[in-house]
Amino acid sequence: MRRTILYLTLAAVLALPAVAAPPNMPMFRWENFTIADGLPNNHVFCVLVDGNRVWAGTDNGLGVYENGKWKIYRPADGMAHQAVLSLALDKNTGDVWAGTMGGLNRISPGRIDTFTQLNSGLSNDIVYGVGVYGDYVWTATAAGASRYNTRTGQWALFNERNTPMFEIWVYAVSPAEDKVYYAVWGGGVLEYDVKTERWKDYNDPDGETELVLFKDQGLIHEITTSVSYVNKILWVSTYFGASRYDGRNWHNFLNKDSGLPSNFTSQVKGVDGDRAWFSTDKGLAYYDGTNWAVYRPAMDTHRPEMLVRDADGNITPIAVTTAPAHNYILGVDFQGDDIWVATAEGLSHGIRVKDNSTTKVTKAHEGRQGKSAMRVAKTLR
Amino acid sequence: MIRLFSIFLLCAAATAATRPGDLLLKFLSPGELAVSPDGRRLYVACENSDELRVVDTTTGGVVKVIRVGHIPRGLSVSANGRQVYIANSWDDTVSVIDTQKLETVATLKAGFEPISAVADKKGEVLYVANRLSSDISVIDLRTGKELKRLEGGRGASYLALSTDGTRLYCSHIYPAINARRGPPESEITVINTITRRVIDRIPLHNSAGVFHLAIASDGQLGAATVLRPRNLVPLAHVEHGGAFVNSIVLFGPGFESAVPLPIDELDRYFALPFSTAITPDRTKLFVSAAGSNTITAINVPALLKFSRTHGKDATNDLTASSNYVITRIPVGRNPRGIVLSPDGHRLYVANRMDDTISVLNTATSKVAFNFDLGGPKTTTPLRRGEQLFNDARFSFQGQFSCASCHLDTTFDGLEWDLEPDGFGVDIVDNRSIENLMGTQPYKWNGGNPDLPTECGPRTEKYFYRSQSFDSTQLTDLVAFVLSLPSRPNRYRSSDGQLTAAQARGKAIFDRVKAKNGHAIPENNRCFSCHSGPKHTNNTSFDVGTGRATDRSSLVDTPQLPDVAYSAPYLHDGAARSLEEIWTIFNPKDQHGVTNDLTKDELNDLIEYLRTL
Repeated sequence: MRRTILYLTLAAVLALPAVAAPPNMPMFRWENFTIADGLPNNHVFCVLVDGNRVWAGTDNGLGVYENGKWKIYRPADGMAHQAVLSLALDKNTGDVWAGTMGGLNRISPGRIDTFTQLNSGLSNDIVYGVGVYGDYVWTATAAGASRYNTRTGQWALFNERNTPMFEIWVYAVSPAEDKVYYAVWGGGVLEYDVKTERWKDYNDPDGETELVLFKDQGLIHEITTSVSYVNKILWVSTYFGASRYDGRNWHNFLNKDSGLPSNFTSQVKGVDGDRAWFSTDKGLAYYDGTNWAVYRPAMDTHRPEMLVRDADGNITPIAVTTAPAHNYILGVDFQGDDIWVATAEGLSHGIRVKDNSTTKVTKAHEGRQGKSAMRVAKTLR
Repeated sequence: MIRLFSIFLLCAAATAATRPGDLLLKFLSPGELAVSPDGRRLYVACENSDELRVVDTTTGGVVKVIRVGHIPRGLSVSANGRQVYIANSWDDTVSVIDTQKLETVATLKAGFEPISAVADKKGEVLYVANRLSSDISVIDLRTGKELKRLEGGRGASYLALSTDGTRLYCSHIYPAINARRGPPESEITVINTITRRVIDRIPLHNSAGVFHLAIASDGQLGAATVLRPRNLVPLAHVEHGGAFVNSIVLFGPGFESAVPLPIDELDRYFALPFSTAITPDRTKLFVSAAGSNTITAINVPALLKFSRTHGKDATNDLTASSNYVITRIPVGRNPRGIVLSPDGHRLYVANRMDDTISVLNTATSKVAFNFDLGGPKTTTPLRRGEQLFNDARFSFQGQFSCASCHLDTTFDGLEWDLEPDGFGVDIVDNRSIENLMGTQPYKWNGGNPDLPTECGPRTEKYFYRSQSFDSTQLTDLVAFVLSLPSRPNRYRSSDGQLTAAQARGKAIFDRVKAKNGHAIPENNRCFSCHSGPKHTNNTSFDVGTGRATDRSSLVDTPQLPDVAYSAPYLHDGAARSLEEIWTIFNPKDQHGVTNDLTKDELNDLIEYLRTL
């Protein structure tokens, strides 16, 4: 009798369609910081990691988290403005550069210097983006782009008069040894060749329409929000999808045909040429070159949620107990295997859980697995 | 008339020379010193002769003269004693001297106007304080390449390595450019030599002009020489409170914050404290007073006890020094660099205006003997003028000299309330005094027709409130001042070619029409007022920058050579940067037509001005 039951059970199992485990994607235990924990403000525009220090640019001050404590810098402490929109680290000197709504700050231990459009060559006081490479500080502002030479104090401005920048609302910058890329809000992407000092623009072949007639034939959209140039691969985020460019070919990501949870993407940060993190209004997304993972409070229940999408588009919910502070994500930075996330309702620290894989699916999904290889959905919303 | 003619003759000859003193005789002007680890050699940087002179400390003889770069300043010896690093301030280089061969083995590129150079204990990297770029170069000594620049204070100048070698301290001579008419703020920049990053900036409130630093052998006490100006009250009240409190500032692990203490006395001042040294047993601290021709010897335990009991209450108390000053030791003219022998028994003093070294016995605090470095044995009018420039004995109670405000013949970055016309009236920015020939009249409103008037009666009446120069002295002083050349302009290419931005800026400077096509009135064109070789038409104008507290709305058109370095700007220092002259202080286009310029065009104009 026992043997009969065993055979029947075995036969039943073999008769089921093969169910592949979801791909292993990084898992995190999320710790969230809000005003109650000492964060200057819950609306966090940007985050920057420098070793054991974590800087958070918020709507009401710049916070730095070190040794379990927050220190806050506001205009009374020398900041140009309380709203800190962007951050960059000078890896050589350790100085931190902050783009604010009222100018650019250099934060060096014991001193804060302010550069504005009135007291310096900075193009505009609204500094959406800042990046440092070598001796140069590159800024993206509401009236063009600037480059500050930290050795000579000289400024160079880039705008519609000396580049193919047909919009001057510049949102982000990603400088590197050979190229500097700018995200121009409404004007696509600008590329500066360091050696030749020449500019080139990249635009949406569909123009300013929101139709995607020529996917993968160019930049996904003109309204770009960030650029990330890593290992000679350019990642671009827009409010209408995201793009990857290898210098020859474009590959675009849309919510409808990728794991991107929303086309409304505020930031992309490349890990390398294959992997990137996307900050969207519907969660934080990670792309490993094939598969996707999304981390967020669920859009409906607000309960912690992690969704994994494999190469075939199959989506699997993963059992998690924590999530980033909010689904509206504005930026990330990396601290080893950990990740820090700027959200609209707090700063989140994703502590990498290494001994856990994404094979641990939710109970609800376990129940469905027995019936078929049913997936929750093909797109994430 | 004869005086003016004499000055003219002296200056006509001097303009052909590269440095004052080159006219007839080659003076040495030893400014800085370093001693070998075994104490047998003294290395002397000679500013005027562009030499490193190596002195045998046993005999006092010069054993070698090594040619280095232009106007060498600070120097140091590597931990193993095999190299000497000497900063060539006008060449933007550091000479590396092999102490065995006694010859230059490398010349390293640094920032704008390097003033001192110190290697880390391992000899891996060299730190160089650059005055005009206000930063600290970090140079890889294996490759000779500059790895990075660290942001220092404005006019970064002097360096001191901690005893254990893990910290490097950097001072700066110009105060930070902060809010107008606020107390000047300075810092001591602290660098971690392991990470090679700035880790702290020790604030020095109400301080401007921070010079040498010394760290005690136990690493617990640091000291720096500092000028604490009283520039917010009229200088005419010099007899009531002084122009400067010549001070040392104490810092280190035992101090919650930096503690400044005066070295002056109630009726006797010790002007321009420049260098300092602490004996290895930490019993004595020495300070050179470059304007008073003395070394002050201080009892360190008494100093520390006083600082603990009185602390910051005594920062302006001129009776304080009686609690810790042991004695004042007369030395030669313009004593600048000082250094102790490794055993602490001797203190060597560079008498810059005498070309000698005084050797003090630190136990007796007396001059034991002098080394003659071999400079000319006679003098010249220019040399006498330079001596007068640095000598504080003419001012009331010996409070300050010309050099107290015109640091190393430049400026001090301060706005002063000079005349007895009431508090806060006629505030003036301190201008650079280099390359003055042909820029008369002088004074912010052009009130002094020539330099003898500026340096003579005016100085006596408003500044010194004391003994006046006699006719010969005034002639010599004026001749010296007029002989001062401009320092090298780092924004101008050696071939004179302008960059694209500079060329665009020049076109704006030279334009005669505004963008709307209207002609710019002749007296409102940049090049009309800022004309000629010094970019001044020697005339006063109302450019709309006068204040209700100014007695006249007319301001002298300033010369522009090296204008890039001398912030703040305008007659009263209201503009903190070149940009602010036009972004804030030219709303009605009275100071040139600029409100039709785009931001990048204004940047181009400034790029051009930097080349002048």
